[in-house]
Amino acid sequence: MKILVCISHVPDTTSKINFTEGDTKFDTSGVQYVINPNDEFGLTRAMWFKEKQGASVDVVNVGGAETEPTLRKALAIGADSAIRVNTEATDGYSVAKQLAKVVNDGGYDLVIAGRESIDYNGAMVPGMLAGIIGANFVANCISLEVDGTNVKAVREIDGGKETVSTTLPLVIGGQKGLVEESDLRIPNMRGIMMARKKPLTVVEPADANAETKAVSFEKPAPKGAVKLVEADNIDELVNLLHNEAKVI
Amino acid sequence: MSILVYTESENGKFKKAALEVVSYAKAVADQMGTSVTAVAVNADNAETLGNYGASKVLSIKDESLNSFNAKKYAAAIEGAAKNEDAKVVVISASANSKYLAPLLAVGLEAGYVSNVIAVPSSVSPFTVKHSAFTNKAFANTEITTDVKIVGLSNNSFGLVETEGSATVEDFSPSIPESGVKVESVDKATDKVSIADAEIVVSGGRGLKGPENWGMVEELAEVLGAATACSKPVSDLGWRPHSEHVGQTGKPVASNLYIAIGISGAIQHLAGINSSKVKVVINTDPEAPFFKAADYGVVGDAFEVVPKLIEKLKAFKAANA
Repeated sequence: MKILVCISHVPDTTSKINFTEGDTKFDTSGVQYVINPNDEFGLTRAMWFKEKQGASVDVVNVGGAETEPTLRKALAIGADSAIRVNTEATDGYSVAKQLAKVVNDGGYDLVIAGRESIDYNGAMVPGMLAGIIGANFVANCISLEVDGTNVKAVREIDGGKETVSTTLPLVIGGQKGLVEESDLRIPNMRGIMMARKKPLTVVEPADANAETKAVSFEKPAPKGAVKLVEADNIDELVNLLHNEAKVI
Repeated sequence: MSILVYTESENGKFKKAALEVVSYAKAVADQMGTSVTAVAVNADNAETLGNYGASKVLSIKDESLNSFNAKKYAAAIEGAAKNEDAKVVVISASANSKYLAPLLAVGLEAGYVSNVIAVPSSVSPFTVKHSAFTNKAFANTEITTDVKIVGLSNNSFGLVETEGSATVEDFSPSIPESGVKVESVDKATDKVSIADAEIVVSGGRGLKGPENWGMVEELAEVLGAATACSKPVSDLGWRPHSEHVGQTGKPVASNLYIAIGISGAIQHLAGINSSKVKVVINTDPEAPFFKAADYGVVGDAFEVVPKLIEKLKAFKAANA
């Protein structure tokens, strides 16, 4: 089984979010980048398939050279090789188009992407990719078993979960549950050394048009201070929620 | 050239989010000088969507759509959009709608923006505001394609009733085969889901153990709320994973979020930040959640929560 794991290069959760150039660009100064957490769960599940079922695991990112340390980290965790599509990720659709070409050229059976990235949160790339290449698609995937070309997957739904059967070729939008947090791997020195020698191929982008364009960004208005209510005056809390906040 | 809106139902009954997306679509239609057509799948009383601004409902009755399938549902909505020559399609932020939306976007060659929180700031160019950076910022994004898909965040627009009425037409789009089949569904039917809830009551490690969740559930019941929990609580197995809210869990966009014994790690706050009003109950006045909350009680949850339940019951009785 040939697995491709899509790796999004995102600001660490604790990063300060600021914008520059008249609030039209994300301010990258001082920002630490990481593998998108949803993708990391998928990558770790992919390592399981590699170790238990002999799958090959490649990782891919659509972005500039600045994303390569994130791909190297995925290699240090254990992926076999990495591909970087050398173009700026402008919107979900154009990224899906770039990935579609990588999937078709590489003949992958299973594409593991994250449910959503923690920067743009669009939750659209995996589904669009599946739509473009005509593969089966499972979103919000929290469990994945492959036997030959048969797949059993569990999808989180509102208020519960749903078990589905499907077949390869398949794209999933994965999340926590594919593996647990305690299963995530911190690259060790040997992994980091080996990652330096593993292939990281830079491919030129396919023709792909964006369908949306971020015009500007804004930050939420600063929040007022919390209103504290005494623990022995809960009547006041009920009163505030009813008369001031109007939520009950 | 109407605006098409997909109205989700469950066991024939429209979900609240369906009425919200119709209300929103009506506002967008007014901006663009057009009308709203809803598409409903195996729903009863389709004409009731007229009360929220739909002038027409395409009603699909098809046994092959009894259980949700993203590809089939996307094809049904695509058929409706083409039938109506719709230039704007509005969907909700439910798990199912977010599942089908990217497939629909490919089918319609439409640009799609999710997590939208307001009516377009401009309809030409078509520009919408949506949350980004896990609720730490907003982006204003222009959709440049001829057909546009807007995914509306739950509880961001509200329900708006109108005097209108809707005509209902039977609609039979062609539905493709799908390679994904549902084997079983495991869902609590007696509880409000986090996505549908207007109020969410959430517990953290401060509650000390799963045996203490009775008061969380009782508080939720009094408020008609969904129950949720922080990541450590689901990692410890005190509560099911499906209740975990936060960056790697479910996002929450409720009108009221009550956090009990949750310190407010940045990953937790990222997931719940788009809730409108946040209340924190915690013994530690230095807990980061107090900086993110609107109302706070510094106190022992085991004393405060039972008192809150009692006061809310009295409030409900007085306002019944």
